[in-house]
Amino acid sequence: MSGVRVLVGTRKGAFILTSDGKREHWDIAGPYFGGWEMYHLKGSPADPNRLYASQSTGWFGQMIQLSNDGGRTWEPVGNKFVYDGVAGTHQWYDGTPHPWEFKRVWHLEPSLTDPDTVYAGVEDAGLFRSTDGGQTWRELPGLRGHGTGPRWQPGAGGMCLHTIILDPSDRQRIFIAISAAGAFRTDDGGETWLPINRGLRSEFLPDPVAEVGHCVHHVAMHQSRPGVLFMQKHWDVMRSDDAGDSWREVSGNLPTDFGFALDVHAHEPDTIYVVPIKSDSEHYPPEGKLRVYRSRTGGDEWEPLTRGLPQSDCYVNVLRDAMAVDSLDSCGVYFGTTGGQVYASSDAGDHWAPIVRDLPAVLSVEVQTLA
Amino acid sequence: MIRVVLPAHLRTLARAGGEVELEVDGLATQRSVLDALEARYPMLRGTIRDHVTQQRRPFVRFFGCGEDLSHESPDAPLPEAVASGAEPFLLVGAIAGG
Repeated sequence: MSGVRVLVGTRKGAFILTSDGKREHWDIAGPYFGGWEMYHLKGSPADPNRLYASQSTGWFGQMIQLSNDGGRTWEPVGNKFVYDGVAGTHQWYDGTPHPWEFKRVWHLEPSLTDPDTVYAGVEDAGLFRSTDGGQTWRELPGLRGHGTGPRWQPGAGGMCLHTIILDPSDRQRIFIAISAAGAFRTDDGGETWLPINRGLRSEFLPDPVAEVGHCVHHVAMHQSRPGVLFMQKHWDVMRSDDAGDSWREVSGNLPTDFGFALDVHAHEPDTIYVVPIKSDSEHYPPEGKLRVYRSRTGGDEWEPLTRGLPQSDCYVNVLRDAMAVDSLDSCGVYFGTTGGQVYASSDAGDHWAPIVRDLPAVLSVEVQTLA
Repeated sequence: MIRVVLPAHLRTLARAGGEVELEVDGLATQRSVLDALEARYPMLRGTIRDHVTQQRRPFVRFFGCGEDLSHESPDAPLPEAVASGAEPFLLVGAIAGG
């Protein structure tokens, strides 16, 4: 029987929420790693019982945890993330050079085909890969080394590599995004990288259309159409139809074009979801109304989805990795909030209900659709 | 025999009990004790001191015999009472954060 497993990372531990295909009743397991910041958990597409988790604290640093039984049991694997060669410098908040320093793993992206291969996006921004189930990690230095690295700068949350997208049609192609450097693409398996930020406009930069420096919050792609990318930038929702070579704004009628989370419907490549958030420092929903906005036209035209979501006095945020979809026939959409709620819709966003209401602040949500 | 007390999170991580007993070859120093600890519990590598620089992580402190030993040289001899096992070597997570 089909079902779903929702992997939730929070500021104080991880939780695993499971349900059958109806998605009406949920079992909640956890906290796992209570007290630790769980930036991200994700399952291997090639082996759904193989999960990877990023576990960290300011006291004891970074751990990577691995499960081979769908999250029931875990074992720590390698946590040695050392930049390749001379780490060099990037820009600090005040514009001065600052040495690259490893802080944490923001995002883990398992290979589409090999359960033992997994990528890690880290702060300070870099991309690492393990081919032995997380035991050892090696940086793909071509990303930091391609030339613009000294001009990258941290966003308010740190200089993090937070998005990793593996192209299912071309195993040599990977997209990544960094706050605040922008989006990048490799076409040779990570050896060399190109900034793909043409069309982005960021008024906070001296040159608003600079090659790098853009605060990209999240990027998403539909597996069936890997040349089309959607981006939630610090301001602006963007779309590319040429694998990032150029972008155009599709914010349309959104109440605010600021936000963090964005995802694509599992079966409709032109149906996309965002959660507009009030900027620049408030970081809560406009008018205290938690609304997911859906576009069925790949952007430009958006409709608010409100049924089951609080429409008054709601001041939570939805972070960049805290939205996901399942691939059941009626696509499920999920997101977590900094107030500790995880909301789910089993009808593509028309109706919502909380799975849980009182978790620690949610950092990430991933969904596995189980056969 | 050296007695080491780990903070709760590291005990959980290492699946160790309240106190860890270690045999240390040669002089008992912070470095030799941590080397022995990490040899027994490899998952603790990087959690107490940096993988590369081997410097103590900022929010971890080393106590023994009622003294803060955190700023002693990693190669300085530990107090005799710690080296003999009469007193434990305490690894402490700083009270900080939220």
